[in-house]
Amino acid sequence: MATKASRTAARMMISPSVILLLGWMIIPLSMTIYFSFLRYNLITPTGNPFVGWENYYWFVTDPSFKAAMINTLLLVGGILLITVIGGILLSLLLDRPMFGQGVIRIMVIAPFFVMPTVSALVWKNMFMNPVNGIFGQMATGMGFEPVDFFGQIPLLSIIFIASWQWLPFATLILFTAMQSLDQEQLEAAEMDGASWSSRFWFIILPHLARAITVVILIETIFLLSVFAEILVTTNGGPGTATTNLTYLIYVSSLLQFDVGMGSAGGVIAIILANIVAIFLMRMIGKNLDA
Amino acid sequence: MGQITLNKVRKCFGEVEVIPPLDLEINDGEFVVFVGPSGCGKSTLLRLIAGLEDVSDGEIRIDGAEATDVPPAKRGLAMVFQSYALYPHMSVRKNIAFPLRMAGLDKAAQDKKVEEAARVLNLTDYLERKPGQLSGGQRQRVAIGRAIVREPAAFLFDEPLSNLDAALRVGMRLEISELHKRLATTMIYVTHDQVEAMTMADKIVVLRAGNIEQVGSPLELYRNPRNLFVAGFIGSPKMNFVNGQEAAKHDAHTIGIRPEHTQVSTEGGDWPGVVGVSEHLGSDTFFHVTCEGFADPLTVRAGGEVDLHYGDKVFLTPDAAHLHRFDKEGLRL
Repeated sequence: MATKASRTAARMMISPSVILLLGWMIIPLSMTIYFSFLRYNLITPTGNPFVGWENYYWFVTDPSFKAAMINTLLLVGGILLITVIGGILLSLLLDRPMFGQGVIRIMVIAPFFVMPTVSALVWKNMFMNPVNGIFGQMATGMGFEPVDFFGQIPLLSIIFIASWQWLPFATLILFTAMQSLDQEQLEAAEMDGASWSSRFWFIILPHLARAITVVILIETIFLLSVFAEILVTTNGGPGTATTNLTYLIYVSSLLQFDVGMGSAGGVIAIILANIVAIFLMRMIGKNLDA
Repeated sequence: MGQITLNKVRKCFGEVEVIPPLDLEINDGEFVVFVGPSGCGKSTLLRLIAGLEDVSDGEIRIDGAEATDVPPAKRGLAMVFQSYALYPHMSVRKNIAFPLRMAGLDKAAQDKKVEEAARVLNLTDYLERKPGQLSGGQRQRVAIGRAIVREPAAFLFDEPLSNLDAALRVGMRLEISELHKRLATTMIYVTHDQVEAMTMADKIVVLRAGNIEQVGSPLELYRNPRNLFVAGFIGSPKMNFVNGQEAAKHDAHTIGIRPEHTQVSTEGGDWPGVVGVSEHLGSDTFFHVTCEGFADPLTVRAGGEVDLHYGDKVFLTPDAAHLHRFDKEGLRL
């Protein structure tokens, strides 16, 4: 883009797609913001008066909001912890030369291709069901009381299912980063007298730092909106034990038919997601500069 | 102390034997250069000594003690890698201190040694910088600094200058030679550049396909190359080889004559020829001369101010005292 004319032409050329994308985003966003200030309940059609911050007030003071925030945090934090640590360990293993390398690497990625609804249903019915599930059968077979996963440890079970799905993503990114590590650095460290654990701590882990940050940020954005896994397994229960922010918005707008309340929740979720997104953009931008 | 002995050392990668059984003696305080074309196994040999590769057969002794199965860190050797292999997330200070830190030295002692090394290598002003902010030559010095602080029995250099530009390379060459004189520690240096080998070495080991072709001081190799390969490899520009009739006159299959041992004259001489391309270096001029009845053009050296041009007729006279004769197998007669 050297000349002024070509720059103008370029802007003209890309403007249709930019305008389309912008509209695609702006129109639903402004409607959501607009609805969030209205009393708009589909069961009680009283006209839709403007009520200011009332929806936000009731949404935030609802006892299930606090539970949902804590659950969201636990969910995101738990999955991040498992996928990052698991991803590092898995990529350390994958980095070693072994028989059937190519097939194994593809198989490790496979869970990422399974739809969340499907994987949650498979886990729920085939593994975690206390009567028919494999875990239940195994426990019974060995004479233990089978664990009712979604009754006794519902949030942990969902964290486990979602971690299983996201582990491949983390592994993929961390593994790629690990492969880009200069082997001579490791050899130099070996000559310098560093043990395996020192090499991991002082050379490999710092090298992975950026990749880990990227994994954390990208996963956070997607994990804030975990929904299918909850819907098909626990429906947010028992009580509010597995209700996260996304699920609470779903409950308000589609189960209680309160469009205004749901929109207010949506705006809060958007703000939360954007805070993460800003960090992510700056992070990736910095990586591109370097 | 840094005396290293290789005894029937052999290395295979799978089926391929890259280093056939090989013996080598490296004395304490020597500057030994492994030189050879790429793929000749010189880096592998260095890595065997370092312990980064396991030997397939034979033994390595360091200062008389068996070291074949000793892990790299315990051999008391320090290595400078071709890519420098600095730790990019650590400052220069931390890079140099890394081996000390791994050895569990206390902070004050670490600082003292790092500063001493930095002073020797002119790095004092750069101690807080990251490797990414340094030039190639400075990175090279950091890598050397990291090796020095360990006070190793021997330094191993793996083509350390190949990533530097020509001017810097000459400078670093001097610095490394200077360092060797000052520390008087054994150094093993791998390069494919015969100029580096000639200028720095006490002892040159010429390798080809994993075999040692000849071991000796630079001048020994220059004066008495054992075979055609060494003759062609040592010396710049390359020695000229002549086969056939001219060689038969000297009872040899091949004769070799260096460009600097050939007289150029316009009046008369042994071999008449025509001047081809000439390379003026200022101090010297190298002419490529095509002689009658010779398959390849010969390279000859003349003074910087010789007035000869493309297509001129000249006569070449080899200096009989510096003529090298080789038999059919390429061995020196």
